[in-house]
Amino acid sequence: MSIFVDDTTKVVYQGLTGSQGRFYGLLNRDYGTQVVAGTNPKKAGTDVDGIPVFASVKEAVAETGATASCIFIPAPGVRDAVIEAAEGGVELIVCITEGVPAHDEAWFFNKLRRDHPGVRLLGPNCPGLISPGKANVGITAGHIAKAGGPVGIVSRSGTLTYQALYELKQQDIGVTTCVGIGGDPVPGTSFIDCLAAFEADPETRAVMMIGEIGGSAEEEAAEFVASSMSKPVVAYVAGVTAPPGKKMGHAGAIVSGGKGTAAAKMDALREAGVKVGLNPTEAGELMVEVVAALD
Amino acid sequence: MDLLEYQGKQLFATYGIPVSPGEAVTTVDDAVAAAERLGYPVVVKAQVHVGGRGKAGGVKLASDAAEARTHAGNILGLDIKGHVVRTVWIEKESDIAAEYYASFTLDRSAKKYLGMLSSQGGVEIEQVAAESPEAISRIHIDPVEGLSEDACRGWVEAAGLAPEATGGAVEILMKLYRAYTEGDADLVEINPLILTPEGRVHALDAKVSLDDNAVFRHPDYEQYDATQPRDEREQAAHDKGLQYVGLDGTVGIIANGAGLAMSTVDIVSQVGGAPANFLDIGGGANAEVMAGALEVINNDPLVRSIFINIFGGITKGEEVANGIVQALGRVSISSPIVIRLDGTNAEEGRAILEPHLSDALRMQPTMIDAARTAVELAGGR
Repeated sequence: MSIFVDDTTKVVYQGLTGSQGRFYGLLNRDYGTQVVAGTNPKKAGTDVDGIPVFASVKEAVAETGATASCIFIPAPGVRDAVIEAAEGGVELIVCITEGVPAHDEAWFFNKLRRDHPGVRLLGPNCPGLISPGKANVGITAGHIAKAGGPVGIVSRSGTLTYQALYELKQQDIGVTTCVGIGGDPVPGTSFIDCLAAFEADPETRAVMMIGEIGGSAEEEAAEFVASSMSKPVVAYVAGVTAPPGKKMGHAGAIVSGGKGTAAAKMDALREAGVKVGLNPTEAGELMVEVVAALD
Repeated sequence: MDLLEYQGKQLFATYGIPVSPGEAVTTVDDAVAAAERLGYPVVVKAQVHVGGRGKAGGVKLASDAAEARTHAGNILGLDIKGHVVRTVWIEKESDIAAEYYASFTLDRSAKKYLGMLSSQGGVEIEQVAAESPEAISRIHIDPVEGLSEDACRGWVEAAGLAPEATGGAVEILMKLYRAYTEGDADLVEINPLILTPEGRVHALDAKVSLDDNAVFRHPDYEQYDATQPRDEREQAAHDKGLQYVGLDGTVGIIANGAGLAMSTVDIVSQVGGAPANFLDIGGGANAEVMAGALEVINNDPLVRSIFINIFGGITKGEEVANGIVQALGRVSISSPIVIRLDGTNAEEGRAILEPHLSDALRMQPTMIDAARTAVELAGGR
């Protein structure tokens, strides 16, 4: 099993005709993802390497039965693209685009929650998600992941996600699903959403969580682990040495007013029974121990 | 992007928020001329991106031209917590009956906007929050629904301001909410928001932080780029379009991806070193970006060694390695470099780097080994 996407997921790419959309859309198809459509109102009726292009998500869903959308639209168009996808009838919207204004994110998060409560948004500013061997939606390098489980991964950082996948593969440990939730202030899907889904997925037996400074998502995740998870969790939090008031690359990665420090996050996670690695390699080693101790 | 007080007030004024008349100047003569035009008494206020300027002597009252000259002379060039004052704001003095606090920001946990209003203004809001949290009236606002005047009135009434301030406060807060949302701000804060003896409410200070991601909607925001606080290294990196944050150590750091760069800074500290910077060169790691990154780090006089930490995902190890080799051909580097290259086709990439290795260019298989070597080369612990 896996969470959110598998080999039955049919994906429409909003922005498939752009350079990024085309590059990753075709890579995802090569991986085995069902890439069924693209959208571009000006290029409806054409195709990208055999993938049909429609004027809207609604048409793409009607014609192909797409169940998910992956957005590669430039930041100024993302607000409309997210709503178009939700109204078009997909269940999952994966928004890769970075540089989306925080007010747009806050707006469409609440708009979806109110008007489209059954739709899941992942991102913006995220690498997407991969259920190894089944589907890869986004920009993760598929070949660095070993299929099959027992580990699920959820991460706020792109490259550290790859690092985690890679280290587990070196140890011959498989992954059910790896979800990059992104580093922005209002992520559509939270750590808790993913932890709950992994807890419910029978094939996932342990979870690796990669956090970073800023906000309180890791602390909230720690509370969830303590109250609602039976499966072991290993975590790493980046940004221990980040100075307050300086954004470290991600719009959300900032320590402000003494809040959101890595130390506080690691303490909260440890208190919740999570094994915390001080660097990505150590977290990988801790996961090897956890997996060895399963059953 | 953080605005200086006068920039914030000018932005507020475009939304109809009452602020005191004033002028921003950069010389003593201009300060005196501005004071003469405004009429005494005036307040001479240092314009810096840091709090606590009053205690540092950066805010002074002048009741005539001689005082205006003295204060402007003392404040211009003053160093306040490492920020040198280049501009002062000369403002007509206000009579104050009461000082309040007001702000809008994003509550990331609730995923809604948060308005905060307090009858205890003029002091640090963190202090009020810690000592008497009940003195802060809070309102959560759904970005889709927006802030209604009724909701705003209820919020103001709960804050315990003087009754004669209610009408003026509601009016200002509705305008401040517009400035926050339409202006794409991360934070708008008025501290103090004052009530005058005549019963008028107005903004005596302005703290505004704008969302860099929204500049495409506000081309005029580019004017604020010139007043952002950056040291020389940060300015050089900014000019090259690099994601760079200056730190004060001796190990220069280049990594691909914000998370990996942050993690690299951490691991250098963990093995006893002191990172000189955070630098994320993004996913591609091509020769041009790598050369620019190396130049910025090479110009940092404190740097004694450089740690390049690259994880190849979609970008293959060979491409990364070729980028590094080409970049090294373009820039002459004075400090030894340690490379860790892992991920997609790491073996092939390492094979390309192999013939170029020397005392000045070393390679290590893991992040922690590379960090140890870089720290050793920088002179150890």
